[in-house]
Amino acid sequence: MSEVLVVIDHADGAVKKPTLELLTIARRLGEPSAVFFGSPDKADAVAEKVKAYGAEKVYVVDDAEIKGYLVAPKAEALQQLAEQAQPAAILLPSSFENKEVAARLAIKIGSGLITDAVDVQEGPVTTQSVFAGNYTVQAKVTQGTPIITVKPNAAAPEEAAGAGAVEAFSATVSDAAKTAQVVATQPRESTGRPELTEAAIVVSGGRGTGGDFAPVEGFADSLGAAVGASRAAVDSGWMPHAFQVGQTGKTVSPQLYVANGISGAIQHRAGMQTSKVIVAVNKDEEAPIFELVDFGVVGDLHSVLPAATEQIAARKG
Amino acid sequence: MKYVPDATADRKFEDDNTVDRVGVDGLLSELDEYAVEQALQFREKREGEEIEVTALCVGPEKAVDAVRKALQMGADKGVHVVDDAIAGSDSIATSLVLAKAIEKVGPADLVVCGMASTDGGMSVVPAMLAERLGLPQVTLASVVESQGDQVRVKRDNEGSTEVIGATLPLVLSVTDQSGEARYPSFKGIMAAKKKPLETYSLSDLGVDAGEVGLSVAWSQVEDTTARPPRTAGEIVTDEDGSGATALVEFLASKKFI
Ligand SMILES: Cc1cc2nc3c(=O)[nH]c(=O)nc-3n(C[C@H](O)[C@H](O)[C@@H](O)COP(=O)(O)OP(=O)(O)OC[C@H]3O[C@@H](n4cnc5c(N)ncnc54)[C@H](O)[C@@H]3O)c2cc1C
Ligand SMILES: Cc1cc2nc3c(=O)[nH]c(=O)nc-3n(C[C@H](O)[C@H](O)[C@H](O)COP(=O)(O)OP(=O)(O)OC[C@H]3O[C@@H](n4cnc5c(N)ncnc54)[C@H](O)[C@@H]3O)c2cc1C
Repeated sequence: MSEVLVVIDHADGAVKKPTLELLTIARRLGEPSAVFFGSPDKADAVAEKVKAYGAEKVYVVDDAEIKGYLVAPKAEALQQLAEQAQPAAILLPSSFENKEVAARLAIKIGSGLITDAVDVQEGPVTTQSVFAGNYTVQAKVTQGTPIITVKPNAAAPEEAAGAGAVEAFSATVSDAAKTAQVVATQPRESTGRPELTEAAIVVSGGRGTGGDFAPVEGFADSLGAAVGASRAAVDSGWMPHAFQVGQTGKTVSPQLYVANGISGAIQHRAGMQTSKVIVAVNKDEEAPIFELVDFGVVGDLHSVLPAATEQIAARKG
Repeated sequence: MKYVPDATADRKFEDDNTVDRVGVDGLLSELDEYAVEQALQFREKREGEEIEVTALCVGPEKAVDAVRKALQMGADKGVHVVDDAIAGSDSIATSLVLAKAIEKVGPADLVVCGMASTDGGMSVVPAMLAERLGLPQVTLASVVESQGDQVRVKRDNEGSTEVIGATLPLVLSVTDQSGEARYPSFKGIMAAKKKPLETYSLSDLGVDAGEVGLSVAWSQVEDTTARPPRTAGEIVTDEDGSGATALVEFLASKKFI
């Protein structure tokens, strides 16, 4: 069986859930080989994790030399790895960075590229959700090695024992690939809440909060949810941009999405329409968000959310 | 800049699974207005230098409207690449045509793109252009600063804020955080009518028609399905706290509590 390269998404060696989903998907297409860009001293811990989800091999690309540069060095390394491994497909978790890596790689190895798949089946045949979730399309790469970036929550991670054989891969990175340099990085403070794009429940607030996110945050915490925001809330400076849900923010596809004081503009819908269950609290019964909901409350979020939070706490005892 | 079907209209696919770009009103992709804005600001901040802003669009006949909009905003010159053979191109072929057009019009010191189109929305074209043109890529900028031939941008990454530095010439893409795009003034609209607008075909760019278009796309859409209309959900009106109770009941019935 051919190898399928799966690029690992991680925070300093802590493997993120979308990678486990990708390994699960990769098993439908061949033998998963995980690709770890990071510090070699984290390799064993990473291998331990990914082999439990079926990774037969773990290629370790020491990123000491490349992490200070944008995208291009990773694309070069993957090109060299692809030449060696001759994989049946290359899968990456859909992030802006990975999409750009995939873009350059596609041109380098002469392969078609599909981004933001929400499912991948044998073939590989991908499913994408396009036009703000109004259409579902099936697509195929017809030339070269299929390169596919996959959104979080495209599959439930399934455990399966793999060999997890660690193999160092030394890539040669050209000077030409080091022309855009990361001059400074400032990590964002953790909120202690789940990661927006990975969370099972997302509770968002919009202009209707009037700038007071406490009811939204309180309700989110009662459900163990991530907090999101509309662009209006972000533009008003009430929430950092990293929390924005929508076309130019994060796309989320949780089990439950709760929109509070959000009207439901097309650009917001583009980021949440594929959520499994959608709930809205809005004081305007004509708000377009109500066209999408499984359940809606016409009311003031400043009274509905705190009351609901209290009742949930009471139920949990 | 890309010409796209209006996102608030009823966007559709043709029988061959390509996007209906004729039956639906089109416009300059809103996210590309930010790119035009940054290009104009770049020119304005360097008063005295001879800087020309060229608006470039690859798309069908009607896509010339996108180029006109950029000229009205203040671009100096427009270039529209139109050729029946381009229809149905994937991102790979689109980036090839764009790169060839940039080489013909250029050499450019700065290629500015939007962060994504509002239709395909792949966010890959800027990186592909950088790869094809052999230029540094500085993408997804929310703040752009330049001094001499040095460009510095600030951007939001997954878990951090980064500052990226590179030297001109380069490919830049900007987000909708990079600064409000200006509206064309009446003067701008009048002036645009006199600005040069060139139209190129594939042969003008030296691109073989066999390298682009639907039939040779490296990825192919096989099937499209419109999302079934959502069945109307239950909507309750909050009276004396009944809304919260109903909401909690609903969440519990779905096992979220
Ligand atoms: C719904 C949909 C899904 C698609 N899926 C795929 C796919 O999976 N794989 C694939 O290879 N192709 C796909 N395509 C085709 C691809 O979108 C087009 O080939 C294309 O023009 C690239 O646009 P983009 O949306 O990806 O651009 P993006 O990469 O999102 O655009 C970034 C920027 O590039 C510039 N730009 C993009 N296109 C043009 C243009 N024609 N003229 C001038 N500037 C431009 C703009 O500044 C834009 O803001 C898809 C198209 C649609 C409509
Ligand atoms: C190129 C482009 C990209 C964009 N990208 C995004 C994006 O990524 N994400 C995004 O969200 N938007 C995006 N937008 C903006 C989008 O078009 C809308 O402007 C935005 O989503 C509106 O945010 P909102 O729903 O919070 O505000 P509004 O539309 O003002 O809605 C506020 C809602 O709150 C309700 N309300 C008010 N008070 C209360 C109360 N006390 N209790 C309950 N309800 C109340 C009102 O009835 C109203 O429905 C983009 C726009 C453009 C042009």
